[in-house]
Amino acid sequence: MAGNIWVLAEHWRGRLSDVTLELLTLGRELSGALGTQLEAVLLGHGAKGLAAGLAADGVLSVDHASLAEPNPEASCLALAALIEQRKPRAILVPLSNVAADLLGLLPSRLEIPLVNFCRDVHAVDGRLEARCVLYGGKLEVTVAVADGPAVIGVLPGSRPASAAPASAPPVTDVPVELPGDLRVRFEQYIDPEPGDVDVTQQDVLVSVGRGIQTQDNITLAQELAEALGGAVSASRPVIDQGWLPLTRQVGKSGATVKPKLYLAAGISGAPEHVEGMKGAALIIAVNTDPQAPIFAVAHYGYAGDVLEFLPALTAAVKARKA
Amino acid sequence: MNILVLMKMVPDIVEELEIAPDGKSLDVEAVRPIVSERDDHALEQALLLKEKYGGTVTVLAIESRDVDEVLFTALAKGADRAIKVAAGEAILTAAEAAALLARVLPAVPNLMPVQLLVTGCQAIDDLDGVVAPALAERLKLPYLGIVTGVEVEADGSRATVFKEYAGGTRGRYGVCLPAVLGVQAAPKPPRYVPVAKVRATMKSRTIESVEAPAKEEASLLEIVAMTKPEAAGRAEMLEGSPEEVASKVAEILSSRGLA
Amino acid sequence: MPDPTITRYLTVPGWVGLWVLAVLAIGLFVRRVYQLVRVLLRGRGETRWDRVPRRLVTTVKNVFFQRRLVEEPLIGVAHLAIFWAFVFFATSFWWNLARGLFPFLPVPYSDDLPWMAYPMEILGALALVGIVVAAVRRYVFTPQGLERTRDASIVLGLIALLLVTFLVSQVAKGANASGLYLSMWWAHMATVLSFLVYIPYSKHVHLLASPFGVFFTSFKPGAMPAESEGASRLEEFTWRELFNGLACAECGRCERACPAHAAGFALSPKELVHKVKEMVLGAVHAAAPVSGSATAVAAPGPNGNGKPFVGDVVRAEEIWACTTCLACMTRCPVFNEHVPLIVEMRRYLVSQGEMEKRLQDVLVNLGRYGNSFGKSARTRASWTTGLDFPVRDARKEAVEYLWIVGDYASFDPRAQNVTRAAARVFQRAGLDFGILHEAEQNAGNDVRRIGEEGLFGVLRDKNLKTLAGVKFQKIVTTDPHTYHVVKHEYAGNGGGSPNGVEVLHFAELLDRLLASGRLKVTTPVGRTVTYHDPCYLGRYNGVYEPPRRTLAALGARVVEMPRTRDEAACCGAGGGRIWMEDVAGIRERPAETRVKEAAGVRDVAALVVSCPKDLVMFQDALKTTQLEGSLAVQDLAQLADAASATVRSDAHVDA
Repeated sequence: MAGNIWVLAEHWRGRLSDVTLELLTLGRELSGALGTQLEAVLLGHGAKGLAAGLAADGVLSVDHASLAEPNPEASCLALAALIEQRKPRAILVPLSNVAADLLGLLPSRLEIPLVNFCRDVHAVDGRLEARCVLYGGKLEVTVAVADGPAVIGVLPGSRPASAAPASAPPVTDVPVELPGDLRVRFEQYIDPEPGDVDVTQQDVLVSVGRGIQTQDNITLAQELAEALGGAVSASRPVIDQGWLPLTRQVGKSGATVKPKLYLAAGISGAPEHVEGMKGAALIIAVNTDPQAPIFAVAHYGYAGDVLEFLPALTAAVKARKA
Repeated sequence: MNILVLMKMVPDIVEELEIAPDGKSLDVEAVRPIVSERDDHALEQALLLKEKYGGTVTVLAIESRDVDEVLFTALAKGADRAIKVAAGEAILTAAEAAALLARVLPAVPNLMPVQLLVTGCQAIDDLDGVVAPALAERLKLPYLGIVTGVEVEADGSRATVFKEYAGGTRGRYGVCLPAVLGVQAAPKPPRYVPVAKVRATMKSRTIESVEAPAKEEASLLEIVAMTKPEAAGRAEMLEGSPEEVASKVAEILSSRGLA
Repeated sequence: MPDPTITRYLTVPGWVGLWVLAVLAIGLFVRRVYQLVRVLLRGRGETRWDRVPRRLVTTVKNVFFQRRLVEEPLIGVAHLAIFWAFVFFATSFWWNLARGLFPFLPVPYSDDLPWMAYPMEILGALALVGIVVAAVRRYVFTPQGLERTRDASIVLGLIALLLVTFLVSQVAKGANASGLYLSMWWAHMATVLSFLVYIPYSKHVHLLASPFGVFFTSFKPGAMPAESEGASRLEEFTWRELFNGLACAECGRCERACPAHAAGFALSPKELVHKVKEMVLGAVHAAAPVSGSATAVAAPGPNGNGKPFVGDVVRAEEIWACTTCLACMTRCPVFNEHVPLIVEMRRYLVSQGEMEKRLQDVLVNLGRYGNSFGKSARTRASWTTGLDFPVRDARKEAVEYLWIVGDYASFDPRAQNVTRAAARVFQRAGLDFGILHEAEQNAGNDVRRIGEEGLFGVLRDKNLKTLAGVKFQKIVTTDPHTYHVVKHEYAGNGGGSPNGVEVLHFAELLDRLLASGRLKVTTPVGRTVTYHDPCYLGRYNGVYEPPRRTLAALGARVVEMPRTRDEAACCGAGGGRIWMEDVAGIRERPAETRVKEAAGVRDVAALVVSCPKDLVMFQDALKTTQLEGSLAVQDLAQLADAASATVRSDAHVDA
């Protein structure tokens, strides 16, 4: 339908991405406020099964062999055709590696507006307004989204993830003609060597500093990390003692990490360390010194003993799972 | 092989950014321009390709404050030609810049066609567009972004391009040339060129200047307001016994889908 | 006793044989020396002919009195004996050779004169003892930095032989054993002539070269080499830099003093100079490369197959490991100049862009923001917000003391505490002082030691331009690196400070303030402390006593560490190393070694520093050596602030 809110249902290697589910929550708000429908656009090959997890009024599915893996040329052609046919008000596209190229190609292909780096979108008196992050977060802009169709690039974390709907939404198969001789062709994935844990790829890091006091106590952190599905990392003094390998070091001389959760256990928060972890989505710090600099960068803090806190949290987390 | 590198200046976010009195735009006087970080990587990627396969590297930028030093530095690093596009006083958005470049590039003497156009896959001021893919569309060239490695076939008709995904996984793609590539990172960090060499280059080389045709389309962007983000204060301190706090933290984690 | 050269041997007079031997030996000797000099002349030029009288005095002091050698007493005294024996024996040799070649000369042989013979016998015996000591030291105890090379054994053997033959010949004279005397005389002569030939072919070329090395010394050991594009091949070094290789006696003192080497870095100053020697010796026969050939490579290295000198023979990690602490040059008995060698090679690496990423980023930050932290220049004076008085802007008002604060003192949170303490001290003493606020750029000392001359020039010129518009009488700083470069390298070609103004380190200023009573001590320190001499204040500038007098005046009891003053062990931050990544495989960081040394001082409460980088390095080292409870690291400024606090207790002793 014309004027609908669309969400690009991003999926990768068989899984819907978390940000897609967030965008569906956002899209539902907007379509509700505008009095239109929320539709999810699913581009892929043999991926229709994912539609069941999409909390939308309908799913537009384009199935083509060239869309089996992310292909900017094919996706752009497919999506452009869809938009031209059906003229949505706006399409919410996640800002991720998978959708990034498409996000950039689409507006020029169709000569339609793009609003990028959005962390929030609202409907105001029938108009769409986006709050965007600019210059690496130093400034924010409020943008009036021009008349559609408009492409809106949205950052992860704008809304909570939507739950899968009770019943699968209706799926419309949309046939799209794609040229046989695409100029960009996917060949294969190259996965990294399995080695020691790569701290930069972890969603959850339980990071230990000198407050852990002994090498043996690191097992407390290890248990919590396992309970949370993450890994143990460390600040410099711990690495220097040789209690953990160099690959676990976070900070200026180690890795820069951006996990969803960074739990700083007994870390003072020296600038060299903070530099490596300040981008984490949620930072919880525990340190006996309430004046420790880590608390300036953490979201939540506890001025207590890590040796008591870690096992307590592990127990609490496990209790919830049970 | 002939490679064109597009570079642009963005505000340096190490410095404080001020909002202009109109409340909707940046106070450009207070801005200290710096070359967009990804474009620096794109230049490095181009130079590495030149070292491996031979050919020429041309660097092109739209005129703005401090762009000369960037272009001379590129020449000092090994680029063969540097071109500046004079585009008047207006600050261009990313979409406007892409449109301008699409019109200007064919008009630059002895430039097109090139086999490869590289530039950064994104910049911190890409609010209404991303230059690399937008330009690719307008020039009707194939595009791949978030590129971390490039290899070119012997006959120069195809490139094998590596694209970065999450978790350290890379995707290998075959791309027909000529093409536009949006570079995330070069295989090696951008090289260092000593100050003395840049100074010497400023004396011995010149930057060509090309007039741009008048701006045709305006950006579709309508900024309502520009503000500073709310200050992120100190951590919210949790009180209680270790067990009580652990319970509160477990609650927080659960609400974020982390536990 | 019969005259050895008139006596006939199988009807041939001795002097015939002597002529044959002499012409052969001296010919080979001269030819070899000529070849070596020719190689040296392939290097770039350098002016070392100025101030000849002063050079002669330096040579006499250091060569004849062997000042630096006796720093290691046992071998020093042994070498002194060997050296002085050599002086006499060499004199005797030429004398006797002349007399032997020209038997008609109406002079006796030297050893027929008591005033030659007695010293020679005594010194000869002492020297023989010295040789035994040296041999035992080298072959039994083998201290670090000494090797049991074939060269060394030949040299020791030849010296021993010439001494023994002489002594036996004297005994034979006394016993009237003419046959023995003659054979010993000839044995001695043959030994010395072989030694003469051997000298320029062996490491013992230092015998010839080192007095010249001392003569051609730089009177400013901390100075940087003249502007150059760096050196990677023989022709790109100056003749004096190449000369280091020939003057080196491979004694190992530099290696024993080097903090990088002790920590386990790839650098050995001795090995470095040895490689230069090999390059020079190897170039004797290799043809000079055609000038302008792009891929010209150094003369063959030890492997003799033309590998590049920098990058292959000398690896980049060796070159970057140096902290420029100057310990090597301070200990070297032949006044070799290791640091300029390293800087020349660093200049080359920089010109090629061959340095680690972190260092590159720092240089880019320095060029762009004027500080190594990559922070906006506008935040340079933000440390002042912790003070309860404003710090004057010297750009706007005339001041007596212009305080050039320095990067670490301005931006590092731990060092900022010290900077504030210094500001309070200035204020309390009623000094008229000001800072440059955001106009101050990094003074450039370490940029220069990294080898980025171009960037150094940019920073210096920006600073000088700012200074030109400022009215001030003296410059003061708490940072020894800033102190050194502004004092010596900020004025044109001659070197010196801007317009020759007086440049003071905070320790020197404190010394004056306390001595004159302008700063009064209200709460004496009353603790035992030990003081670490910063490299750029101590070895580079000889400022040892002012901080000690200051500490005494503040009421501290100063107990020295085992390595003190010009033997102080570097914290490891200099030469740009603080901007480089840690290297894997380090045994113990220099700062860790030093804090352990400090903690070993009995009853010591604090390790006192007077350099912001020392503060940061040692405080970090306390954590990694788990000495945090046992020892505090404090700057002189903090002690002065606490000790001079007024009754209102406005001093903050930040940890």
